[in-house]
Amino acid sequence: MNPFLNHIKRAALGLSLLGLAFQVSAQTRVDDAWVRATVPNQSASGAFMTVTADSDSKLLSVASPAAKDVQIHEMTMKNDVMSMGPVKSVDLPAGKAVNFDPNGYHVMLMGLTAQLKEGDSVPLTLTVENAKGEKETVEVKAPVKALTMEGHDHSKMH
Amino acid sequence: MTALLTRRKVLAGMGVLGLGLLAGCDTRGELSYKYGKDLSDKILGRTFKLKDTEGNTVTLSSFRGLMPMIFFGFTQCPAICPTTLARAAKIKKLMGKDGDILQVVFITLDPERDTPEILDAYVKTFDPSFVALYGTLEETKATAKEFDVFYEKVPAGDTYTLSHTATSYVYDTRGTLRVGLSQSLSAQECTEDLLTVMEVC
Repeated sequence: MNPFLNHIKRAALGLSLLGLAFQVSAQTRVDDAWVRATVPNQSASGAFMTVTADSDSKLLSVASPAAKDVQIHEMTMKNDVMSMGPVKSVDLPAGKAVNFDPNGYHVMLMGLTAQLKEGDSVPLTLTVENAKGEKETVEVKAPVKALTMEGHDHSKMH
Repeated sequence: MTALLTRRKVLAGMGVLGLGLLAGCDTRGELSYKYGKDLSDKILGRTFKLKDTEGNTVTLSSFRGLMPMIFFGFTQCPAICPTTLARAAKIKKLMGKDGDILQVVFITLDPERDTPEILDAYVKTFDPSFVALYGTLEETKATAKEFDVFYEKVPAGDTYTLSHTATSYVYDTRGTLRVGLSQSLSAQECTEDLLTVMEVC
């Protein structure tokens, strides 16, 4: 890594953090959101992302115009049996990046209004509630990635 | 490469010596797998009868001469099914020329929603050689039971999702069950065990 570039990155990060400090409403950050592409007539798909809240919060719900019903599901593996089911909410401990990936929590888009094609983008609205009971909504545009995308993205570059 | 040569030699030998070598290709022979579970003492999947997406009736013997790797799932599955099929596609590539005899078979546990059209488009997105099978609700139930595959509908709002066994079942080219590959294994690990299966038959 070019040290000069690194400085610029740090400066940029510092500036954006400063920006965040003034922007009181944006307390939950969503990174790397994506939705799995579907084949024609497939009626459901999953959305994945990393959510970080700056104070102890809960993700209550997710909404999207791309699907009639959006639910938060949890997947667990035991003895090579995959168990799946809806959850009421997901805890977002302060400062902890909570993964919504193919190996745990994920967002289910059920009753899709159209086929999701690679390169499309799907708007998602997350509703988060903090410990004081204050609700916040976060808008994300999640790109649609190939149906064949694998769970862990080891090649992630930061 | 060596595995391929070995297999060729075995096949050639079988042609020449016939029955004599068939005995050497012992169906009960136990192999040692580094990652998968040896299932050679289990009798699973012997009598299932399902349809492929073109409407042909398919049984285990339809895959004679190929090494079937059977996995159960449903297309609305957001995580395990696509990642396991993506892993299968990667395994086939990693096996190189030997990958030609690996036949990936996806059996739907959700025949109510997985139409032949959806199934066909779905598996072929991962690899054009992959086959998807479906049956009636009763046939699906019987097939899962035969494989000792657990599955159940889980209510989700107005609709449902499924929980299910995520093991891939591998048979040798003569239709003998060999190894069960857990969902947690990597493509590389699975490939090593599949090449072990190929060493015998």
